[in-house]
Amino acid sequence: MSVRSEYLADLWHHRELLYFLAWRDVKIRYKQAVLGMSWAILQPLLTMIIFSVLFGRFAQIPSSGLPYPLFSYSALLLWMYFSVTLGLAGNSLIGNANLITKVYFPRVLMPAASALAGILDLAVGSTFLMGMMVYYGTGIGWGLLLAPIFVLHLFVLALGISMLFAAMNVKYRDIKYVIPFLTQIWMFLTPIIYPISFVPERYQWLLALNPVTGIVEGFRAAVFGVQPIPWDLLGISWGITLLLVVIGAVYFTATERQFADVV
Amino acid sequence: MSESIRVENLSKRYELGALRNQETQLRDQLARMFTAPFRAKRPKDILWALKDVSFSIAEGEIVGIIGGNGAGKSTLLKILSKITYPTSGNVRTRGRVASLLEVGTGFHEELSGRENIFLNGSILGMKRKEVAAKMDAIVNFSGVERFLDTPIKRYSSGMRLRLGFAVAAHLDPDVLIVDEVLAVGDAGFQKKCLTAMEGLRSGGRTVLFVSHHMSAVQNLCTRGIWIDRGNMRMDGPTKNVIEAYMSTFAEASKGASDIAGIESRRGSGEARYTKVDILDENREQKNFIQPGDPVVIRMHFTASKAIAYPSFGFKLLTEAGALVTDTSIWHHGIPIESVGPGAAYIDVCFDALNLVPGRYYLTLGLSGAGSRLHDLIEHAVTFDVEAGSVYGSGPQIDQRYGPVFFPQHWDLKGLQGAGSGG
Repeated sequence: MSVRSEYLADLWHHRELLYFLAWRDVKIRYKQAVLGMSWAILQPLLTMIIFSVLFGRFAQIPSSGLPYPLFSYSALLLWMYFSVTLGLAGNSLIGNANLITKVYFPRVLMPAASALAGILDLAVGSTFLMGMMVYYGTGIGWGLLLAPIFVLHLFVLALGISMLFAAMNVKYRDIKYVIPFLTQIWMFLTPIIYPISFVPERYQWLLALNPVTGIVEGFRAAVFGVQPIPWDLLGISWGITLLLVVIGAVYFTATERQFADVV
Repeated sequence: MSESIRVENLSKRYELGALRNQETQLRDQLARMFTAPFRAKRPKDILWALKDVSFSIAEGEIVGIIGGNGAGKSTLLKILSKITYPTSGNVRTRGRVASLLEVGTGFHEELSGRENIFLNGSILGMKRKEVAAKMDAIVNFSGVERFLDTPIKRYSSGMRLRLGFAVAAHLDPDVLIVDEVLAVGDAGFQKKCLTAMEGLRSGGRTVLFVSHHMSAVQNLCTRGIWIDRGNMRMDGPTKNVIEAYMSTFAEASKGASDIAGIESRRGSGEARYTKVDILDENREQKNFIQPGDPVVIRMHFTASKAIAYPSFGFKLLTEAGALVTDTSIWHHGIPIESVGPGAAYIDVCFDALNLVPGRYYLTLGLSGAGSRLHDLIEHAVTFDVEAGSVYGSGPQIDQRYGPVFFPQHWDLKGLQGAGSGG
């Protein structure tokens, strides 16, 4: 067996552990929170309300023909999953140093479990999105069936970047400070509070290089059905996503043998 | 018998500089990149935790790994468990390997006992179905039934330990790797662990066991491997290996032991023991200890800075490595606000040292405020209690009958009722 197929076989062998680690993350996150899972709705909801007042009402930022709350909530839902996952998964190795130095398992399960655990929040937050869609009467069309594909895309992207960050974090603790700063800036470079059409056309390609752009724009187009799905943006996004996954996986596997010695 | 573990020319190198400042900053790395061409190359501080170690273990063998602190035992176990990787060499293992470097790995405070059983079992390599099937047995073994749905942050440390060990005892591996698990827990718990490991042996499983408890190694293992500063020193029947290992701890000292030169110590080094004198009640050097003699142990030390709330102490061990007593300033609750900097000594006075004839070791410890360890020297001092009268009459008593004796008298008055009086 080649080294690579052995690695994959080992991953497959530990698939239940991935589930347990994700389950642990979910359990712990809301264990002592009075409001429990409702935080998964409250966070994007409160942010959406503020954005709707500031950017939708006062600044009159366009919203692709959608009610601004619906426009921003749908994107915030995805964005919050993405940024929370980068934070949790990026710190997952150093945060679980006791496990890494005491027991063997494929190390990639650690960031993967964090990324998987966040999906539940996203699902809970989505139920509220559907409620909003009914309220605003946008209707629920066939495009909604595509939503899981966008979530999968976002999961893969988050995992790829997290692999890189988590592995670098073991050696360079700067990463801990870089992640929140990066996600903060990144949000404004993603069409969340504004549509991509809001940006002058000659700069739109720059925004398209941000892989989250295609996911957010594609998700809104598919779910609300008011605009055609931007296949070009999605294609670029998948390309960059896969590139980041490869970079993340290569760096991760090249350094993971030293994790227990350094962490 | 077929082979269960094969280790070939295993070496592991650590760069000490990298270990000391573990948290490298990206900035430093960048700065180094730019200044590198202008700096003279400095030789790196290199430590070979293991050097060219080879052995093979057959199925069903129980092997004890012994050696001093920093000998490389833990590194070996970590490599065998795939937690860390060797710099060179090969390891091959056959069958399902479970390693227990700690009891209750991955336990989470907020989760209940039951949830932690699933999590811990899964981390140790059990399948979900397997844990579910063994749940009742695990719970029974742990003895925490009543608290199964309570978060383990409310458990006592003893309960946690029992729960962790209960999961481990049901792993059912082909190869079990155990590190010093027995060092924690009370005597009853240790006995339970030993019994469980005994069960593995009778089940034909391979066990690799690292411990400082020579008596545990002696009782459990059929074969011993002695690792000394990264090298394999000896491999053979447990008894021979333990004897050879223990005999290296200096010849029995007569009166004074100069320990300033001992390098295998742990701790900050802010204060270090330098010498131990064994004195009589008049504080004169004592070259000959007999059972029940008054003895003063004088521990000399130097401190490079002021040590707040120091605790001086020692462990007294038998030749077989069994603990006789562990005592210190802390155990006595004596408050010392500060000592040092400078050299000084402290006397531990025994009105009667009730040890039976035989050889004993002292492991010295010195800690400061917040249990910060300054100096720890395993088996720093060796001394003999010479043959002599223990009870004033009767046969020679030695360590077989227990290391300590209690002055006592036997009252025969009650025998007269049975008509045996003379």
